[in-house]
Amino acid sequence: MRNPQLNKHGELQHLLSLDGLPLSILGAILDIAAPFTEVAEREIKKLPLLRGKSVFNLFFENSTRTRTTFEIAAKRLSADVINLNVSTSSTKKGETLLDTIDNLCAMQADMFVVRHESSGAPYLIADHLHATGRDHIHVINAGDGRHAHPTQGLLDMYTIRHFKKEFHNLIVVVVGDVLHSRVARSQLAALTTLGVPEVRVVGPRTLLPTEVERMGVRVCHDMNEGLRGADVVMMLRLQNERMNGALLPSPQEYFKVWGLTPEKLALAKADAIVLHPGPMNRGVEIDSTVADGGQAVILPQVTFGIAVRMAVMSMLAGN
Amino acid sequence: MKIRIAHGRLIDPANRVDTEQDLYIADGRVAAVGEAPDGFVADREIDARELVVCPGLVDIAARLREPGFEYRATLESEMEAAMAGGVTSLAIPPDTDPVLDEPGLVEMLRYRAKRLNRAHIYPVGALTVGLAGERLSEMAELTDAGCVAFSQANVPMTDNKVLLHAMEYAATFDFPVWLQPMAPFLSRGGVAHDGEVASRLGLAGIPTAAETIGLYTHIELARLAGCRLHVTRLSSAEGLKMIKWARREGVDITCDVSINQLHLCDMDIGYFNPHCRLIPPLRSQRDRDALRRGLADGDINALCSNHTPVDDDAKQCPFSEAEPGATGLELLLPLTLKWAEQCSVPLLDALARVTSDAARIIGSQRGGHLSVDARADVCIFDPAGETLVARETLRSQGKNTPFLGLCLPGRVRTTIVEGQIMYGEAR
Repeated sequence: MRNPQLNKHGELQHLLSLDGLPLSILGAILDIAAPFTEVAEREIKKLPLLRGKSVFNLFFENSTRTRTTFEIAAKRLSADVINLNVSTSSTKKGETLLDTIDNLCAMQADMFVVRHESSGAPYLIADHLHATGRDHIHVINAGDGRHAHPTQGLLDMYTIRHFKKEFHNLIVVVVGDVLHSRVARSQLAALTTLGVPEVRVVGPRTLLPTEVERMGVRVCHDMNEGLRGADVVMMLRLQNERMNGALLPSPQEYFKVWGLTPEKLALAKADAIVLHPGPMNRGVEIDSTVADGGQAVILPQVTFGIAVRMAVMSMLAGN
Repeated sequence: MKIRIAHGRLIDPANRVDTEQDLYIADGRVAAVGEAPDGFVADREIDARELVVCPGLVDIAARLREPGFEYRATLESEMEAAMAGGVTSLAIPPDTDPVLDEPGLVEMLRYRAKRLNRAHIYPVGALTVGLAGERLSEMAELTDAGCVAFSQANVPMTDNKVLLHAMEYAATFDFPVWLQPMAPFLSRGGVAHDGEVASRLGLAGIPTAAETIGLYTHIELARLAGCRLHVTRLSSAEGLKMIKWARREGVDITCDVSINQLHLCDMDIGYFNPHCRLIPPLRSQRDRDALRRGLADGDINALCSNHTPVDDDAKQCPFSEAEPGATGLELLLPLTLKWAEQCSVPLLDALARVTSDAARIIGSQRGGHLSVDARADVCIFDPAGETLVARETLRSQGKNTPFLGLCLPGRVRTTIVEGQIMYGEAR
């Protein structure tokens, strides 16, 4: 089966998922991102790499943060950025996803940044572009259903590498709602590809996917056991709608058992770092003392996110 | 018209015949096998050298999409597909729009089919009005109109008391009840087998327990009601195990599997292939292997196409939004042959699952076999030929199948319905 992310030369054609992305490409994106972090510190925060290119931010699901960081990344590369909030426009009028894509292609799009509530939607778009002979247009998955959020996974890896230098000697823990999290799936795929020897997932059975251990992770239900000796703690966001109901009894109980408090964090290594993809629920998955504490690297994550997205876009554009 | 089909390899599973013999057809019936009847002069002679001559296939699940979904398929298009696939009898699930819960609708459907003069149709009536699971349908009236069984199609019953009563009422007349084992709450919202693949792809899962719990409920209620139960579209090894257990307990139960579950598993979803969005979902490789063995052993009674033509617009969407179903009428024979080849099942036994065994489930005495005086429904195929599955070659209006692009074994040469050549050419 053809890997839809790669072209026939094995180069990155679209960024759809970190699962199945070769280590060489994953590593290259992280390497390319490094110099881009400096662009933000210059007086003129712009590079001409995507000059004359049109990047369409196609968000079928609401997002402010991710859309904004993609927009900044594209603009710093001198691309023209067009934001479409599709959830409130054409699909509501009955237009199909592929009709929307065809229309935007007719407007000479060069790159689509797609967020969609259904797992696999960016694959459908990539497949359609290939089938209609439009291989010059690239797709970046900005989050599809529960499936993948590859740029978030990449920026997390960049953050880990920035603070820990290496991957092959780490214990990394992912805590929370793995079942519904596209972020978690991308993190797990990247961590195992990058050779992290011990990846643990921690959470109640209701929030862990079936056969999650087949993703190369160790499953812990006990937070203390999961955190012991960890180098990196990656917290996941708990969606409001999952807090009271058939999956969890209450946010209070969740915080008591799986919330990251200074006491629990003390079980991890003294120099352990704490990541969170944002937006945080303080007092649900993470205590404010930890979120604002010295071990949290949540704001550097955001900064690195722009550099990583610049790296992905410039790589796709052939630079 | 009198037809002689000469020099073919005649396979008639009902009579355990597999030998080179001529078949003589007159007045829409089988006139003789082997020796010509006295004074028989053929109007048409078909040279079936190196071909297999078998009963026309009986497909116990084919959605023709009429009434209500004519934009997906019509009786005309799907009957052509049936003829091209060698299928001469079809059982039609009740999930049309409106659903088959009115005798008038059933009569209309049969009238339309009869006028087209292609495959024989065997409508399966709705067990409850509108398939809503609340009120019993007029089963006696529907049977008079031509329904051969009653089913909920893919709509699970939530109220087991209504289900029990529906089964009791059906049992009063000895009407068979066909049910898809699918526990309603466990399957709700799910789009793929709850396993490693769905977990990786972030697709909402349907656990195997949805099938086994549904099945156990159906078995216990059927036992209580004393009704004949047919389990449709088995998908799991555990489900098959439960069927065997029920039989040991003395429950009168039959079951079928579709060509999709027989050949595919959840790995085939690949990168979200919407053609693999099916009901029931494609389960694990282990499940598929158990189903293949079960069909070979006869624990699963019949193989069906579960033909469900879907228009491109409803398939070209993200996996979980895609309409479930796959076209299959033209693939039934090739995929039967492929399974027989891969699992070393003798051709006679393999063909039984799509002819005589399937005919028994729909209660057809006249179809599915080639005894003298039987209805002359015949499929002649080239076992060494090939069928290419492509959008251009499929006659069904639905081009949706996970097998697109494959070359499958066997090729239908001629389809005869009640002594009339409806498809193909005499050589």
